[in-house]
Amino acid sequence: MIKLKVNGIDRSFDGDPDMPLLWYVRDILALTGTKFGCGMALCGACTVHKNGQAIRSCVTPMSSAANSEIRTIEDLGASGLHPVQKAWMELNVPQCGYCQSGQIMQAASLLKGTPHPTDNEIDEAMAGNICRCGTYQRIRQAIKLAAGKTA
Amino acid sequence: MTQIENVSRRKFLQGAFGAGAFVLAVRHARFIPSILAQGAPLDWQSEADRAAFHPNLFVGIQPDGTVYIVAHRSEMGTVIRTSLPLVLADELDADWKRVKIDQGIGDKRYGDQNTDGSQSVRRFFTTMRECGATARLMLVQAAAARWNVPPAECSTELHVVVHKASGRRLAYGDLAADASHLPVPKKEDLQLKKPADWRYIGKGAKSVDLENLCTGNAVFGMDARMEGMVYASIEHPPVFGGKVKTVDDQETLKVAGVRQTVSIDPFKPPAAFQPLGGVAVIADNTWAAFQGRKKLKITWDNGPNETYDSAEYKKELRETSHKPGKVIRSVGDSDKTFPTENVVEADYYVPLLAHTPMEPLVALAEFKDGKVTAWAPTQNPQAVQAIVSSQLGIAKEDVVCHVTFLGGGFGRKSKPDYVAEAAVLSKKLGRPVKVVWKREDDVQFDYYNAVAAMYMKAAVDGKGKPTAWLQRSVFPPISSIFDVTQVYGDPPHLAQGWTDLPYDLPSIRIENGPAQAHVRIGWLRSVANIYHGFAVQCFTDELAHRAHRDPVEYQLDLIGPPRTLDFTGVTYPNYGADYKTYPWETGRLRGVIETVAAKSGWAKKKSGKGHGFGFAAHRSFLTYVATVVEVEISDDGTIRIPRVDTAVDAGIVVNPEALRAQFEGAAVFGTSIVRTGEITAKNGIIQQSNFNDYPVARIHEAPAHTNVYITESSAPPAGVGEPGVPPFVAAFCNAIFAATSKRVRDLPLSSNGNFD
Repeated sequence: MIKLKVNGIDRSFDGDPDMPLLWYVRDILALTGTKFGCGMALCGACTVHKNGQAIRSCVTPMSSAANSEIRTIEDLGASGLHPVQKAWMELNVPQCGYCQSGQIMQAASLLKGTPHPTDNEIDEAMAGNICRCGTYQRIRQAIKLAAGKTA
Repeated sequence: MTQIENVSRRKFLQGAFGAGAFVLAVRHARFIPSILAQGAPLDWQSEADRAAFHPNLFVGIQPDGTVYIVAHRSEMGTVIRTSLPLVLADELDADWKRVKIDQGIGDKRYGDQNTDGSQSVRRFFTTMRECGATARLMLVQAAAARWNVPPAECSTELHVVVHKASGRRLAYGDLAADASHLPVPKKEDLQLKKPADWRYIGKGAKSVDLENLCTGNAVFGMDARMEGMVYASIEHPPVFGGKVKTVDDQETLKVAGVRQTVSIDPFKPPAAFQPLGGVAVIADNTWAAFQGRKKLKITWDNGPNETYDSAEYKKELRETSHKPGKVIRSVGDSDKTFPTENVVEADYYVPLLAHTPMEPLVALAEFKDGKVTAWAPTQNPQAVQAIVSSQLGIAKEDVVCHVTFLGGGFGRKSKPDYVAEAAVLSKKLGRPVKVVWKREDDVQFDYYNAVAAMYMKAAVDGKGKPTAWLQRSVFPPISSIFDVTQVYGDPPHLAQGWTDLPYDLPSIRIENGPAQAHVRIGWLRSVANIYHGFAVQCFTDELAHRAHRDPVEYQLDLIGPPRTLDFTGVTYPNYGADYKTYPWETGRLRGVIETVAAKSGWAKKKSGKGHGFGFAAHRSFLTYVATVVEVEISDDGTIRIPRVDTAVDAGIVVNPEALRAQFEGAAVFGTSIVRTGEITAKNGIIQQSNFNDYPVARIHEAPAHTNVYITESSAPPAGVGEPGVPPFVAAFCNAIFAATSKRVRDLPLSSNGNFD
């Protein structure tokens, strides 16, 4: 039996411990804001926070999520939109929007550790998150807009 | 073109809402008489259908003043769910804050719903305006009757009808019930607003879906759920046209969560949008289905495409491109022997390209009581109805296709093979089935943009200007998916940046050679314009440099004076648009070239030593675009794109912010094509599988900044989703030459260049 916390709620899981966290939150908890894009940690669409750090849930087996605190996009703005979400909206970042949950979770994690990132730091932190619509220039601007506004 | 009828009083609406509903049905004359006209109620109604005042299919107004507008095109990132309803709201004089958008299901009454070809706004701009103006006039008539004054004395302000003489005002909601009893005015009685009076057109609005897209609440196809559904993952035949010989699923069935396996029949050629066939693993969750697939033991009959080798195929295409082909267009004395003095020749090549939208293909369908309900991220819900109907042997009207958000489309999601799979499986299993493609399935079983070889040849005079021009393209045509005997380019795709060479030269010969398809070929963002624009615009750049002339000045010289191109005697479909309404005007191409040259500071740009500026211009989807790309290439070959400037003349622009976003995105899409876009095959099997071996541009590889300059225009609206791609691709390659003196003639750089 694997115990973990997802968006502040205690959960337990007794299925295949190799099942990636992605499919647990999507198929079993019905938290579908976290997306499936590649299954190999290549695109970042599945990014969630584990104990505050951005991770790729598609390659994180349930066994290694045991006893951790998981936060998904659904919880990020649960008590008012996160500054990253506000900046995303102000600058009209999303096009199709499918990758944006992952982008936002990644950006929120970046700003937590690096409140005022340089262009290079942004590139480094965001290079694992693909946006096929090509919203990168707005993502960079939005991260700068949100910089300094995150708790 | 269209006719509008009042459907408010039809029985089925009264059943739901009683008198007072106001609904207008818009019927496109070229479509089969509507279901409404036949009096058959649909199982499904939009909120607009249900509204008190529902003067047409696209709009409904409730007594509380809420205006429902139907978005009948698919949202995949272009903000079309906002932009088209905004046009209707403008003519209605509706308060945008009181408008709610309702996504239409697949339904031929809406007219064309194939959200493809950059045509949503241009095809429906007038329809939306007429629907809004019709509703507005009826509200005015209702108010005039209430006040007992002539309608001509009444006008509208935001969400109210006013009688200026008496100062009386009535809110739209208060008039909904009265208006629902009025006959629909004739089209000739409508008064469309003057452009100067537009509230929203030209100013635009933020996406109505912005918050949902930033909070994880938008429901994509991947997120659709139904009570009692099971998950399916399908092992397709690895070679196009292959079949299952034997299946051993013993180990699969031992995987926890796997319920069973189901065989899907191979398609009957031509493939069109039929499922590819294979073996589906049915499970309680997606992960279990994926795991079960790994344990399948299948032997395949690979069929005739087993010998397909993309490296050999490239040689074949090139050889064909060096032989005389079918003449598509001839200007002057091009039939004569080509001059032999001062001849320049070049070969260009673009490989197969995959779409890889961020959301892999996915669909949820339930077959129940002889009918199918599907939830799908589809660009074309009516094509879903058609293929599900033919696969299951039921009527199209018995297929209800709900359109979810699309996690990218780029043309792939116009082809509903994956939705048909879900419907076929649901019928076999008797419960809702969600089919989920892995990224590997998406890369390996795409409808690829055609691989193409282009042969270019020019004889030039003392100033380097061509006296004779020959261009020949060879590519397996999209029509091959509908008719396996097709090997020549079909006119609509030849017309994409090939037939319509805009140069004012004495002798032009445009040809096309045959190529047999060995995979499914389909349309991808800007389609044949990608390879045609690449060849024409890079070859033009080569000629300019050879003549020691400025590429911008040189191209303007080749284009010649402002004029309308004359395609008399030439098959030129013009993206399906009427040529009188959307003529090919060289003056507009010149206009964007001059704009981008001025805005980018082209005249002062100095290239060389790893730093270069490239230029290209191209008309596609009726929009004129010119682009300047700046590149920096370090000693180790790392390429940066600090800046892109692009000028756009797309006629009237409804939502300028959405246009800018599309052109920023097109530059990133083009970056992927140039740097790494390549699908290859060996023994008929696609060799790429995921973003590790089919990389797409990441944040540090994409252009750092794209500036977009929009031409103020009163010309009818044209496309914006695709036209940014072709000129970017060519300008990027021309910039690489400017920086390094190395020509890029074969794409992508990762396979053919020295750049990493």
